[in-house]
Amino acid sequence: MNIHEYQAKQLFKNYGVTIPHGKMAETLDQAVEAAQKIDSEKWVVKAQVHAGGRGKGGGVKIASSLKEVKTIAENMLGMKLVTHQTGPKGKLVQKIYIEEVAPIKKEYYLGLVLDRTAEMPVMIASTEGGMEIEKVAAEFPDKIIKIRIDPLIGFRNFHGVMLANGLGLDKIQSRNFTQFARALYSLYKEKDASLIEINPLVLKEDDTFIALDAKINFDDNALFRHPDILEMRDLSEEEPTELEASNFNLNYIKLDGNVGCMVNGAGLAMSTMDIIKIKGGEPANFLDVGGDASAETVAKGFEIILRDKNVKAIFVNIFGGIVRCDRIANGILDAAKEINVSVPVVVRLDGTNADIALEILQKAHIPNIITAHSLADGAEKAVQAAKGV
Amino acid sequence: MGILVNKNSKVIVQGFTGKEATFHAEQCIEYGTNIVGGVTPGKGGQIHLERPVFSTVKDAVDHTGADTSLILVPPFFAADAIMEAADAGIKVIVCISEGIPTLDVMYAKMYVTKKGAVLIGPNCPGIITAGEAKIGIMPGSIFKKGHVGVISKSGTLTYEAANQVVNAGLGITTAIGIGGDPIIGSTFIDLLKRFEEDLETHAVVIIGEIGGDLEIQAAHYIKDHMKKPVVAFIAGQTAPKGKRMGHAGAIIAGSKGTAQEKMSALEHAGVRVCKSPADIGQATIEVLS
Repeated sequence: MNIHEYQAKQLFKNYGVTIPHGKMAETLDQAVEAAQKIDSEKWVVKAQVHAGGRGKGGGVKIASSLKEVKTIAENMLGMKLVTHQTGPKGKLVQKIYIEEVAPIKKEYYLGLVLDRTAEMPVMIASTEGGMEIEKVAAEFPDKIIKIRIDPLIGFRNFHGVMLANGLGLDKIQSRNFTQFARALYSLYKEKDASLIEINPLVLKEDDTFIALDAKINFDDNALFRHPDILEMRDLSEEEPTELEASNFNLNYIKLDGNVGCMVNGAGLAMSTMDIIKIKGGEPANFLDVGGDASAETVAKGFEIILRDKNVKAIFVNIFGGIVRCDRIANGILDAAKEINVSVPVVVRLDGTNADIALEILQKAHIPNIITAHSLADGAEKAVQAAKGV
Repeated sequence: MGILVNKNSKVIVQGFTGKEATFHAEQCIEYGTNIVGGVTPGKGGQIHLERPVFSTVKDAVDHTGADTSLILVPPFFAADAIMEAADAGIKVIVCISEGIPTLDVMYAKMYVTKKGAVLIGPNCPGIITAGEAKIGIMPGSIFKKGHVGVISKSGTLTYEAANQVVNAGLGITTAIGIGGDPIIGSTFIDLLKRFEEDLETHAVVIIGEIGGDLEIQAAHYIKDHMKKPVVAFIAGQTAPKGKRMGHAGAIIAGSKGTAQEKMSALEHAGVRVCKSPADIGQATIEVLS
């Protein structure tokens, strides 16, 4: 789960990770009032959306007067912010964050993420603050310092000193940095974060550090024990169809092709997309209906797939294990009666009771339903159907 | 033969009396798995599915000599269940439960390793040695006995692959679903080592997916240490970057963990890589002839 910058900074503050003075605003009046309360000569106004690259898209502006804060806020609230991470449609800005502009001595990068290879958290620091860390890794790999933190001992002073040395910090800066990094690790561990990124991390004139930006992702599996974090979820930032699907225990991701897919199991669902591409088509979506596909979930799956007007054919690929294929075949027939499935549906059922299922489908004589006897056969038929052949 | 589990494995089910666990335990018993009892805290002394119920894993081990455990408990209890099994001396711990926090799995795996036990999963279909023991939720009938080992991150794709292998006239020694979470108990390498040593296994099929680098590590291992032929398929060649594809670990982070990167690493290691998921059976015949 993602949260907004202003929420991440509030969490930072609670853990003693220092941040600039700032306030969130949802209206013009709130924006001006926020600026008035922040003792600063200049203010930075930042659009609060779940996407990186906000600065380049016009989502981060400096104001030198309260009047200017108002003008910027007026333009920003309600705008569609387009960045390299939002897609061409952009994201609606409903909240902005007003913050003091603090003098900067130097900018760094600091991140904390799970190292899947080492199976433990890794803290990543770089002198190239403000740059995308992927880009730094590609262009200046020697400017990245990575220190793995074994959870058995947690964050220790030597971790901080190793990172500080790598960044070329002096003794006082190193001490301040270590304190900052330790607080960050506590937050990561106690709140089950999966990623924390501060870019840039700023060294101030007094040799202390503040987080100028803040990004936190959380482990979805751990949200059950963090009601405070779950409360920060902003549903308006999530793709509405994907959200609706998840309410029915369906895992749906929209793609750009025209062959809709309905599959049981995530791995088989990905493979189904792959084989459609190999057969010369383009998948319209990823859809995992889960281990216990029922008539209801199949019907909902059809409905969601068909909402995408690009879809010209649907490939239902189910490998029945514990769930018997005959039950799924009946589910498909029920769904076809319930909703108007306007495009050809290629059905491939394999595994337990596949023969009976095939017979059920063939006896039903529904013109839109085409049966297939294998994964390759089904993919081929679906791609051809989408082409109108 | 086969690896890790066989007809002599003494298996307990943790969460035994739960609805799902009962259903799957019945299926395992029907397959012929030697299930010697189960554990549900507070229900010790009862009889369930004609087998004794214990309140702790330690009690179960003391009374039955169990060496293997199948965990089917809700996600918030699952890490504890894994650690309890390891603490009681269980040697093979198979965790089906989905949705365990990553930090919990991290600690559980450290402890299991310290105890010298093997963890399969979490969030996986389990392990089956054809004709001997099914310790998981997979449909047993697909896995006909033969000489091919299967290691897979995905559930239904494992069934698809095993089905293709069987339809091609071959069969399975042991098939293991290792799960697609960011941290998993047993990796491709851990199991490839065992298949390399297993006399019954003549070839291994590995099924990976986008995210992480376990397949790349496997490629290095295969290149340096494997004599038996390996067939591979990597799911997610068409998956978009930055989107989690069902499994918690199936995500291309930046430009890392793509299917293409993994496929070429495996190809360099001499693995027969299938571009299409429909070619796994045929490819297995070819590497064996």
